Amino acid sequence: MPEILRSGRAIGARMMAHRLFWPLAALGALLVVNLIATPTFFNVRIQDGHLFGSLVDIVRNGAPVLLVAIGMTLVIATRGIDLSVGAVAAIAGAVACVYIVESPADGAAGAAVIAVSMALAVCVALGLWNGFLVAVVGIQPIIATLVLMVAGRGIAMLVTGGQITTVNNDAFAALASGHLLTLPVAALIALGVFAATQIVVRRTALGLLIESVGINPEASRLAGVRSRTIIWTVYVFAALCAGTAGLIIAANTHSVNANSLGLWIELDAILAVVIGGTSLAGGRFSLTGTLVGAMLIATLTRTIPNIGIPAEANYLFKALVVVIVCLLQSPKARAVLQRRREPVPTSRGEVVA
Amino acid sequence: MSTQVATAEAGFLARVSRFSPPRRYLPVLGTFALFIGMFGVGGIRYDGFADPQVFLTLLLDNGFLIVLAVGMTFVILTGGIDLSVGSNVALSTLIAARTLEVGWPVAAVIGVVLLSGTLLGTAMGLLIHYFDIQPFIATLAGMFLARGLCYLISVESIPIEDGTFKTIAFGSITLPGGYYLGWTAVFALAVVAVAAYVLSSTRFGRTVYALGGSESSALLMGLPVAATKVGVYAISGLCAALGGLLFALYTLSGYSLHAVGMELDAIAAVVIGGTLLTGGRGFVVGSLLGVLVLGTIQTFISFDGTLSSWWTRISIGVLVLVFVVAQRVLTRR
Repeated sequence: MPEILRSGRAIGARMMAHRLFWPLAALGALLVVNLIATPTFFNVRIQDGHLFGSLVDIVRNGAPVLLVAIGMTLVIATRGIDLSVGAVAAIAGAVACVYIVESPADGAAGAAVIAVSMALAVCVALGLWNGFLVAVVGIQPIIATLVLMVAGRGIAMLVTGGQITTVNNDAFAALASGHLLTLPVAALIALGVFAATQIVVRRTALGLLIESVGINPEASRLAGVRSRTIIWTVYVFAALCAGTAGLIIAANTHSVNANSLGLWIELDAILAVVIGGTSLAGGRFSLTGTLVGAMLIATLTRTIPNIGIPAEANYLFKALVVVIVCLLQSPKARAVLQRRREPVPTSRGEVVA
Repeated sequence: MSTQVATAEAGFLARVSRFSPPRRYLPVLGTFALFIGMFGVGGIRYDGFADPQVFLTLLLDNGFLIVLAVGMTFVILTGGIDLSVGSNVALSTLIAARTLEVGWPVAAVIGVVLLSGTLLGTAMGLLIHYFDIQPFIATLAGMFLARGLCYLISVESIPIEDGTFKTIAFGSITLPGGYYLGWTAVFALAVVAVAAYVLSSTRFGRTVYALGGSESSALLMGLPVAATKVGVYAISGLCAALGGLLFALYTLSGYSLHAVGMELDAIAAVVIGGTLLTGGRGFVVGSLLGVLVLGTIQTFISFDGTLSSWWTRISIGVLVLVFVVAQRVLTRR
């Protein structure tokens, strides 16, 4: 009996030491809170061949943040940060909507396809710009992307002429509200990008190279890693992800407001990455962690009105989540906790720095 | 006699032409030149732009931003960043408006606002120093916290009806020539003067620069790193609360959507003012000039009338870019 107890304890300790333990525990706790507040919270029904339910909503509404956070994870892994994603999302939405409105057949699917491709092409250019400032000019990422963060919304307003542009295009709207194989398209896009990125970085050497650039750019350069190209690639990728997120948000509201589209999404995305256990200091990253982090934020946003707190207060809870998760991951705070408790011998293989 | 004057003058000219300012003042001088140049161009292009009153109104309209930029300068000089100041301003306006509504005396209102802002800053500083949480993340949490607290106090805008507040808001001193300068602007300039004194001539100020230069060296030198690091965030919080009070005076209201994105303007002003975002180099006066440059852009656009408001954001972005690249080139040498 004591042996079972001891091995159970060991497994428990190993689980607690896992880098995704606390985020997952928080996600689970939130879901339980929702279940208590609304017993039918987990119900998922099929209506008109589409899947409906609160859980599906969470994944669908969390899609933009998840997309931005995937790009942000890779940028942060190279010891960078991209503050401009919100502005890039606004520009992408603005370009697509303005193109659709001004094209002769503004309801046609063809117009939507061209609009989306144009918006993504613009995002590539913006990503190249960020990458140029960081990799070639050598400006700190936080400042280099601050430039586009400040100017980007101005550019988006320039594109829309300061108007809230409304579009009536079913093909474009389907990006956010459409369903494919009973699943919402927005969620499928985000999860598809997640799966593709995960495969590319983990099945090829790219992930390793990104981590090496993040851990020591100079050493990786000396070891023959083309850090400049890799940095450039991750900024372009982040801009593409941000643009896709912007298109989904614009499609969801059938309109683009250059001032508010994607406002503070960069902060939510960075939050998702940090909650997921990727250190802002660069190096080791976890896309799965980012997925958990993004879902945690989406669930939190959903929980607050569900338990009867005004939706505006969600900032307060976000602040608490950030502080708690960061403290739990901070080595110093852990050390303090460890000292308080009686010393428990644990094997800590996977401690996030 | 006249030859003597001539030689003296030539000597003076030679000295002027030979004079090169110390390298560390170059960015500030660049910002100053930019500000003067922009004002000159405005004066040539638009009627009434060169009027000194335009400059004085610039100080009045941007008083709160000047104070915010001063606090941000302290933080950035240590190599940190404070994203919470915009939300802190909004929270300060709301606390002031709500407590005045309930009927608190003005002195108590001001005290409570300053205390809450400083507490928020101190709390973030403690998280940053004692738990090694990056300034970016810790102040992001502070930003969300302050914004959330705003909504808890009131979702609606609360007007400020208090007589004393109104007197201060509309009060101004008359300068010779019939010009006038608002009290809030005078106050903002006083904050700049105090901050400049603290940074240049006190032990605390020197430690701030040392910390930005190299934290480990500062630690090895036995400087009070912990107190200074927490202190700069406390100062930034205090400045944000002061800025909030000025903003409340400026708009005579408290609202949870006040000052959205103002932290970006403050950071941009500090960067344009020549302070290095990596820390260790920069002056409060530069940040004042940075705010004035931002304000001049807005004045430009309102004087022109044909330019749309979004050109403000685009030109701020371009200016930040120019200064960042210039700093990069200057520091590379």
